[in-house]
Amino acid sequence: MITAKRSNETRDVTLVEAVNMALHRAMADDENVVVLGEDIATNGGVFRATVGLKEAFGFKRVMDTPLAENLIAGTAIGMATQGLKPVAEFQFMGFIYAGMEQIVSHAARMRNRTRGRLHCPLVFRAPFGGGIHAPEHHSESTEALFAHIPGLRVVIPSSPQRAYGLLLAAIRNPDPVIFLEPKRIYRAVTQSVEDNGEALPLDTCFTLREGDDVTLITWGACVMETLQAADKLAEQGVSCEVIDIATVSLLDRETLLCSVAKTGRAVIIHEACRNGGVGAEVAASIAEAAFLDLQAPVVRVTGYDTVMPYYRNEQYYLPQVEDIVTAVEQVIAL
Amino acid sequence: MKELHEFHVDSTRYLDDHGKPLSELPPQAGNTDRVLAAYRNMVLTRTFDSKAIALQRTGKCGTYPSVLGHEVVGTAIGQGMAKSDVFVPYYRDQAAQILRGVSLRELLLYWGGDERGSAWQNCPEDLPISVPIATQCCHAVGVASAMKIRDQQRAVVCCIGDGGTSKGDFLESINLAGAWHLPVVFVVINNQWAISTPRSLQSGAETIAQKAISAGLPGHIVDGNDYFATIEALDAALGRAHGGKGATVIEAVTYRLGDHTTADDATRYRTAEDLKRAWEKDGIKRLQNWLHDSGHWSPDKEKALQADCKQAVEQAVEEYLATEAEPPTAMLDYLFETLPAALQPQRDQIANKYRGGAA
Repeated sequence: MITAKRSNETRDVTLVEAVNMALHRAMADDENVVVLGEDIATNGGVFRATVGLKEAFGFKRVMDTPLAENLIAGTAIGMATQGLKPVAEFQFMGFIYAGMEQIVSHAARMRNRTRGRLHCPLVFRAPFGGGIHAPEHHSESTEALFAHIPGLRVVIPSSPQRAYGLLLAAIRNPDPVIFLEPKRIYRAVTQSVEDNGEALPLDTCFTLREGDDVTLITWGACVMETLQAADKLAEQGVSCEVIDIATVSLLDRETLLCSVAKTGRAVIIHEACRNGGVGAEVAASIAEAAFLDLQAPVVRVTGYDTVMPYYRNEQYYLPQVEDIVTAVEQVIAL
Repeated sequence: MKELHEFHVDSTRYLDDHGKPLSELPPQAGNTDRVLAAYRNMVLTRTFDSKAIALQRTGKCGTYPSVLGHEVVGTAIGQGMAKSDVFVPYYRDQAAQILRGVSLRELLLYWGGDERGSAWQNCPEDLPISVPIATQCCHAVGVASAMKIRDQQRAVVCCIGDGGTSKGDFLESINLAGAWHLPVVFVVINNQWAISTPRSLQSGAETIAQKAISAGLPGHIVDGNDYFATIEALDAALGRAHGGKGATVIEAVTYRLGDHTTADDATRYRTAEDLKRAWEKDGIKRLQNWLHDSGHWSPDKEKALQADCKQAVEQAVEEYLATEAEPPTAMLDYLFETLPAALQPQRDQIANKYRGGAA
């Protein structure tokens, strides 16, 4: 097998470049890590997330598959039962549904079904979310479908540093992880990331900004608008705590509840439609465990309960900074 | 017009319905010990099967899919495979699983509602029974890919029914096996029925084996009630796989002699006449006749074998019935490698609810 040398260089990278950096690192660290998907080897992925991997690690570990998402999911499961650590890419989240049966009925259950005899240390990566003027079926945010399934973790990075650290954690995790990459911010910002092989913790929220008046809870690309809203609100004298949930399943309820106990108010922001979204689980958790701490109802700022509109109208669907500011103003007034 | 491709599908049968050779038998017939071991496994499987149905009828086992009619092909699979190969079964593969080392107790535990029935001690790399139809085919090519990535001389055998070949999973998987030249053998056990849907409604293709051609693989038909035809095909296909020559599709033609499961009533959709004709082709009786005719078998040996099998099954049933259910907290203990903090409260809740004994 081909393995590459490790280096600890620090680079200014975008989120998608950080994904690439983590994949290089994971493959260099562990020869059991293999990468597969459509157009990921020679082409380096349609978003270039896997660029250079085939050259560094060879076609045996970096595999262009036939165009069949169900097959990609099931093949990765079979590989994983042999102790490989496959990282399979679904080109867009809108195409992951063909693999749903494999993910739900097998990846999520293999360890339980065999009482630990076999397990699935694999990662299913998919770019997700709207905002890049993509064609139909290329802009969905359906993380709640996976968050509902016992046996899966759903992890969503929102910065280059978290993309690097969380993807390493996902690959090293001995159980299946759905790793959703917010493509709207794939290249929105660059951050300095040291390629030091250090993973970030899963099942853990990241408090991005501390505050006293209201807790803003979000994940993925909406972290960007939420931080901008917090800046605006600070100008009005409202102090916002901003929490990036990062692992939407399994939820780190403790961090959320501690924050709400301090602020007494919570606004949940997500791009996915509202009905049955992860925000509903967060809101219910707060209502169950922190009701007496609340000074105002929990409010959600989300996409609408409709089909993601084609791109000419997508900005009206996606939560905007003003929507978040308005929601916070409402809960502060109570 | 230029002809670019033509294909053929061959079909093999050595014994007639009464066990008389139709032509010269393959070399496998000369390995008497192996043939006798095959016969024993077929009888053991049938004995087990009839007991499992009885347990279900008396409320001591859950819904169970009878393996009646599959004993010959399952036995050939189990015998053809090397220990280090990986078996990817569907849910009517008891005959092969017994040879792989799955214990009768484990089989009963699985159908008796206990996850430990898939925690196989003796074939730790074999995949568990796949209930969602055809999904196991994708796992099979994944396992075979892992072997190929690691340059191992191992192979995978994947079983599927005739109904399953209508699903994309099967077609996508044979396609990948062809494209990636994988060490895998797909055995399509064509028992003529997918619950109530006959083979003729599954596909307009004259044979299932010919679907292999579309994936760039050889496809062979064997009489799945003919041990010699079946074991010869398995040996050849596994030889190809072990030798790095790629995948094969074998269509083993047999008949599901029982209901789909104990929850099914096949008299609703097939005639007694049909079933009677199928019984006349029974592969166990056929091999028994051949063994008698060849001087390898006697009524006494048959009697002793039946008694041995009955005893082995009775003992497994005893062990199964004496196995206490897992504590209910086990429902969370194998979901992840370590129980996530987020799930600890639910585990505590279960533990409290059931304190003092099982439900």
